[in-house]
Amino acid sequence: MSEPDAVLATPFRQRAERALHDDFLQQALTIATTKFIDLRRQAFREFPEGDALRDRARAIKEATLQRLDRYVDQLVDNVERLGGHVHFAASADEARDIVVEIGRRAGARMAVKSKSMATEEMHLNAALAAAGITPVETDLGEYIIQLAGERPSHIIAPAIHKTKGQVAELFERELGRAVPADPEALTRVARAELRDKFLQADMGITGANFAVADTGTIVLVTNEGNGRMVTSLPRLHVAVMGVEKVIPSMTDLMVFLAILAKSATGQKLSSYTTLVRGPRGAGESEGPQEFHLVLLDNGRVRQIAGPLREALSCLRCGACLNVCPVYRQIGGHAYGYTYPGPIGILLTAMLNGPASVKDLAHASSLCGACADACPVRIDIPRMLVELRTEVDEQRIAPWSERVVFKTFAALLGRPALFRLAAPVSRVLQRPFADGRRIRRLPFFFGRWTATRDLPAVAPRTFSERWIELEDGR
Amino acid sequence: MTAAGAGSRSPRVSLLITCLGDMFYPEVGVGIVRLLRRLGVSVDFPKGQTCCGLPLFNSGYRAEAAAVATRTVRLFRDAESVVVPSGSCAWMVKHEYPGLMPDAALRDEATALAGRTHELSQFLVHVLGRTEFESAVKGRITYHDSCHLLRGLHEAETPRAILRALKGVEFVELAGADECCGFGGSFSVRLPEVSTSILDRKLASVEATGARCVVACDAGCLMQMSGGLSRRGSSVRALHLAELLGDAAT
Repeated sequence: MSEPDAVLATPFRQRAERALHDDFLQQALTIATTKFIDLRRQAFREFPEGDALRDRARAIKEATLQRLDRYVDQLVDNVERLGGHVHFAASADEARDIVVEIGRRAGARMAVKSKSMATEEMHLNAALAAAGITPVETDLGEYIIQLAGERPSHIIAPAIHKTKGQVAELFERELGRAVPADPEALTRVARAELRDKFLQADMGITGANFAVADTGTIVLVTNEGNGRMVTSLPRLHVAVMGVEKVIPSMTDLMVFLAILAKSATGQKLSSYTTLVRGPRGAGESEGPQEFHLVLLDNGRVRQIAGPLREALSCLRCGACLNVCPVYRQIGGHAYGYTYPGPIGILLTAMLNGPASVKDLAHASSLCGACADACPVRIDIPRMLVELRTEVDEQRIAPWSERVVFKTFAALLGRPALFRLAAPVSRVLQRPFADGRRIRRLPFFFGRWTATRDLPAVAPRTFSERWIELEDGR
Repeated sequence: MTAAGAGSRSPRVSLLITCLGDMFYPEVGVGIVRLLRRLGVSVDFPKGQTCCGLPLFNSGYRAEAAAVATRTVRLFRDAESVVVPSGSCAWMVKHEYPGLMPDAALRDEATALAGRTHELSQFLVHVLGRTEFESAVKGRITYHDSCHLLRGLHEAETPRAILRALKGVEFVELAGADECCGFGGSFSVRLPEVSTSILDRKLASVEATGARCVVACDAGCLMQMSGGLSRRGSSVRALHLAELLGDAAT
């Protein structure tokens, strides 16, 4: 799936730099990520079972991936038995066409949506609009983003990059009414706007946090109740999810629910956990008349046996974004693709191939905070390093970089040459050294010294001093 | 006292100085040698050391890192214990070396080496059983957790135990001590603006403590933090743990 060329036309380093200079973004990111980090930490502190449940959750995901075909078959059988329709989409394009076609056939004019990254991945909204079906995002954050004509910058908090002041300005501009920059007042306005849409819409579109194979249940974890409205008011409900979201049983679901909201927002549970089983049944008075489940592959299935397999366990909680020092500085948009942050880099590689993350694979200090926060303990840094290796081996990395590293490697294998590095550096650094520090260096080295001093190579290295130390023993 | 310290024979340590330690911070290495000797440990320094290979490994040059790792394993073959003054390099040896070896025999050797290799603060506390040292500095200090020592080797306690026990030193916790300083090896020059922005956040926290120095157990973090502190003309210093212990500073 191609991303907006306008964003990717700017190199990543410049996109990141622009984000660093966006004061609103910096303010919004610091407040929100700090709050998420504290809430998550607090939630697990009060939940000593958490650690063992995280291991259990990961084990369930691994076991499910082992037999994914079987669980998907079981899910399909159960959804169909309940009167629903199941569609397989090999690519994002295919999934988009399927959803649009379902809406068109049903004569839908307006689709209300609850938050779904899968539909972002397939750029569904533009396709719906082009087909004459007006998409309306009903999650508050998504609603804000849609009004602004932007894309989500966080997996669970799509408008995390906006301050409340910016949202108030946006509402005034787009809705034509002055609203104070107060979250409660802003929410009240959005709720009033959305209430009409829920009643008008003839199509409801959701993602799915989980799909339970042995019952055919689609599970939505939300906080605003919009998921419930989207799945019960319109006459047609379409759920879109990556195939890896299937889990075996309701018992397994309990394990995930126990850790998902804690990791995401620090809540014990989200305000709403919506369980959907097929369309309205005979004798039932509520629910859609028609239910469709679209199972999206888009590069996922091949990773069951691929280097990014671990990433298929992701619950999309966003915890790794909140703790990532890079994400906290640059926000989600700078990454340039649907999924930002550490896990986003892996998902981008999964969906778009390793060449797409040539730069992003390096957008991490490998500090490990992501793996530490991940509810299912995905070793994100390990896979980032593997992507870097792939970028090197497939000759995607710039040749100059490859030469530098291979020369460095050759030097490290030859101690006699390596020992010369110090005296040579001492000569070369002479014009730049100010005592034991260097304030300015030319060429590539200026990338360090533009903002930081560099220690000068010592007058005598440890190796050079060892001779006398050895004597002194 | 634990096993190595209680034996009849004095423990022997081979120092893995690390590339940054060798070139930029030789006084830290000298201090460690003197410190260990004062504690009755005999120290040697196997010749031919270059670098642990972590910069190559982290940048994705796996085969090249494996070659460096293999020669380092051979170099420390006879070492009783290996002490490393950087959490990241210690992590590399302990965590990644075995998986990088070309054959089973070397893998066994690397696994054994991993077990005998210790980050400095862990060696002092866990192997020698020592937390009390003479203090080379006075006043308020704070501590930055290096990512690899904290999340790689799961160690938050040994450096703090040592720092808390220093006489004449007031140890204060750093807000966000567990957050990265922004170094990240080549990350610091691939995305220098982001790296510096992360550093600025760290240094603001350091300055807010009112400490006169921030201590770390990793040459990478020290290079990053001291580079930033020096550039902003701060009087706060970034010091290696060893520089605080006894006459370590020369």
